[in-house]
Amino acid sequence: MFDFSDEQIKRYSRHIILSEVGGTGQTKLLQSKVLLLGAGGLGSPAAFYLAAAGVGTIGLIDDDEVDLSNLQRQILHSTADVGRPKVDSATETLKGVNPDIDVVTYQTRLTSENAMEIIDGYDVIVDGCDNLPTRYLLNDASVFAGKPVVHGSIFQFEGQVTVFDPRHGPCYRCLYPEPPPPDMVPSCQEAGVIGVLPGIIGSLQAVEAIKVVLGIGEPLVGKLLLYNALNQDFRKLTLHKDATCPVCSENPSVTELIDYEAFCAVQW
Amino acid sequence: MAQVRIPTPLRRLTKGEAEVSVDGDTVAAIIDGLEADYPGLKERICDDQGEVRRFVNIYVNDEDVRFLDGTETKTGPDDIMSIIPAIAGG
Ligand SMILES: [Zn+2]
Repeated sequence: MFDFSDEQIKRYSRHIILSEVGGTGQTKLLQSKVLLLGAGGLGSPAAFYLAAAGVGTIGLIDDDEVDLSNLQRQILHSTADVGRPKVDSATETLKGVNPDIDVVTYQTRLTSENAMEIIDGYDVIVDGCDNLPTRYLLNDASVFAGKPVVHGSIFQFEGQVTVFDPRHGPCYRCLYPEPPPPDMVPSCQEAGVIGVLPGIIGSLQAVEAIKVVLGIGEPLVGKLLLYNALNQDFRKLTLHKDATCPVCSENPSVTELIDYEAFCAVQW
Repeated sequence: MAQVRIPTPLRRLTKGEAEVSVDGDTVAAIIDGLEADYPGLKERICDDQGEVRRFVNIYVNDEDVRFLDGTETKTGPDDIMSIIPAIAGG
């Protein structure tokens, strides 16, 4: 009844034996398409586990090249990859883990010009990008397209995870309606980050993406999971859909995609 | 009085403290109490009009105060107020 090869039955046996996954769930995973925004700190573990899980199509969007300073946390890439496009290095690693999947790469930034076209065709988007303008752009595009986004972000020793599913719950602008002025947000890795933190947060994103694809459990829709590595504290906050949200409310003020100015401020 | 959780980027203003105890029985009073104890905190949390900045959210326990009574939300001694800024790193 399932169209698995002998090799697939063996490769995915520990999934298939789970009642929550089974042959049906594994088939869903193999037929699913997940787009990863960023092949860096968060994208590395997320892509690794999604590839291993047999997510049939993994899209990777990243315009960057591998830098030696990435290797402290971006485990998709190795020392020999320094200078290579991240999407190339990542594809090689993911195909090595699981040749059963397709990897589609976009060596570009997400922009108002390409966003709708790129996200079209994917079932779930994993947001592991490293800047706020792209996070707002992705949010608005995913609201317009009605696609769930598994959001993860990190700063030093702390991380945040949630699922923005515009069909059922709040979006990023319901939390934070507008980006901050360029000089006022703690955003980038120049502020430092403990290397294993994206490993934890990116792995949580992979779990959420798989749950959304399979339709199992309770994805973090309307919940913001906060993690603090220093005291190993996990907390969940409640998020609400904002009736005055600029993009997902009845009368939105944002009706087309916006390219916000790129910025990176360490001080707040 | 309430316990206030300070986000990492603002701990330089609280001498590294992650959680501080502050007088006040509403969110607004606690923000003023924070400013009194740790000068400079309020301007990070609020804009010139005294409104909470749009890239910062304040929670009492696990609820966003925008969906309670805003900065007039009452707080008791057992409540925990959290300041949660947008973070972008990946
Ligand atoms: Zn919204």
